[in-house]
Amino acid sequence: MLTGGHAIILLMILLDRVTKTYNKNLGAALERVSLHVEPKEFVIVVGQSGAGKSTLLKLLTREERPTSGKIIVGGIDYDKLPDKNIPLLRRKIGTVFQDFKLLPNRTVFENVAFALEIVGASSKEINNTVPRVLDIVNLKDKAKRMPIELSGGERQRVAIARAIVRQPKILIADEPTGNLDPKHAWDVIHVLEKINRYGTTVLLTTHNQDIVNKLKRRVVTIKNGKIVSDRANAQYSEKPTTTSEA
Amino acid sequence: MGRRITTFGRIIHTGFIYFIRNAWLAIAAMAIMVITLSIILFSIIVNATFSNTVAQITSKIDISVYLKDSTTQVQTNEFLAGIRKQPNVQSVTYLNKAAALQAFMQQNAGNAQLLQAVNETDNPLPATIKIKPIDLNKIDDIRAYVTQTKWQALQSDPVSDNGERRATIDKITHATNIVREAGIIAVAVLALISVLIIFNTIQMAIFNRRDELQIMRLLGATTWYIRGPFVIETIIYGVLSAIISILLINALFITASGSLQATSFGLLDIGYSQHYFQKYYWQLLSMQLVLGILIGAVSSIIATRRYLKFKTSKK
Repeated sequence: MLTGGHAIILLMILLDRVTKTYNKNLGAALERVSLHVEPKEFVIVVGQSGAGKSTLLKLLTREERPTSGKIIVGGIDYDKLPDKNIPLLRRKIGTVFQDFKLLPNRTVFENVAFALEIVGASSKEINNTVPRVLDIVNLKDKAKRMPIELSGGERQRVAIARAIVRQPKILIADEPTGNLDPKHAWDVIHVLEKINRYGTTVLLTTHNQDIVNKLKRRVVTIKNGKIVSDRANAQYSEKPTTTSEA
Repeated sequence: MGRRITTFGRIIHTGFIYFIRNAWLAIAAMAIMVITLSIILFSIIVNATFSNTVAQITSKIDISVYLKDSTTQVQTNEFLAGIRKQPNVQSVTYLNKAAALQAFMQQNAGNAQLLQAVNETDNPLPATIKIKPIDLNKIDDIRAYVTQTKWQALQSDPVSDNGERRATIDKITHATNIVREAGIIAVAVLALISVLIIFNTIQMAIFNRRDELQIMRLLGATTWYIRGPFVIETIIYGVLSAIISILLINALFITASGSLQATSFGLLDIGYSQHYFQKYYWQLLSMQLVLGILIGAVSSIIATRRYLKFKTSKK
């Protein structure tokens, strides 16, 4: 893995002293957070509810703007990004949400295809790509189902398929296992690992201690809007209880 | 380029799907739009009919100057030339004694006794000059000219200008003006109300799908990729409403001409209304289409705006 410092341009994600305040009376949701993520890294962000994980991800997808600080993702400086180009930025980032955010009245195939339709892909391209991606998330046989007919884990895998179908350099997964039982949670995590092996940078937030410990990846811990630890191959041996109680 | 066409095709396709899926909302929005467009169309036709009625009555007004039998051809020609030079004169018709008699007999063709009485005498009618004014309100200028002492000497009888008719016309003009103004205000208010209702209906449709809009946004759909189908959907409302309103007015005329046999209905000459409607059918339809599309498109663009905004404030 590359060591940071000499080449900012090689970083996939750069946050430099980023602060986000929603409401001055409540204090900052994120305070002077700096984070460097290199290409092809798999980073897990842990922290209690309200610690600032979601804010961090919303800043990366440009759903929110920072109060101060610098954000550069995949070489795009958010300060210099005009509003009309926000859709173009989002096309480069795959996003997976805890509540799946699938379009309810479209089939599995159509949901995944939608991400390609947005960018003007031809029907031929769509018909070639979507089945391949559904194969990666092991849902090839459920292409014609509606989201409501699927289990939570299956829905989340549809969401992942949709997030990766445009082959983004970065995949941001916001508590993708939050609503899933352990078996389905692991299905989803395995898919994320597979995608990471193909070369996609993955940023995952989770509450799940078991997943964090078994993955043995870089773990960034956020508490009260600040990064309190950032370690490779973290084990959480110093915190035997779940991270949410930290 | 190919991608753009693909995208454009998808937007239109999705618009039609939205239209079919929202059938009930579509009916509600279209009902209001049909009512508005029909009222606008109706008032345009009524307005044209009133204008026509006034014009027709106006055209019947003229000034008649009666000449003594002793007036020479030279004097007559001089007089006619003088009248023709007046600025407010539209046309001048000269009837010599024989022509005046013929016209009189034609006018009274049904009155055998009168005709017989006229026949028994030597032609009693004077040669007549009929003057049509351009502007009815300036008719007094013409009257002043022909009653100058110089010309007065040539005349057998006082100048007549159907003054009573003129008073009636003034009344009609006044009444139609009031109706017209009231109509414009009523149409403006109704159009505003209907835009608000259509706007609300579309806002509701979009509110129901705000999650969907947000998802599209998060996946990187551009503003017009999300908004386009809604605009197409409301344009379909507009087009259908325009066609329905034209058909509705058409049906109204068929019923009206059937039951009233296209007779005058108070001040409203239904025969002319129908004629006007048929003559300008395509222009009226185009106008309805443009209005319907405009109302629909503007409402949906405004209604989607709220959900498509990016967070721009850097606080």
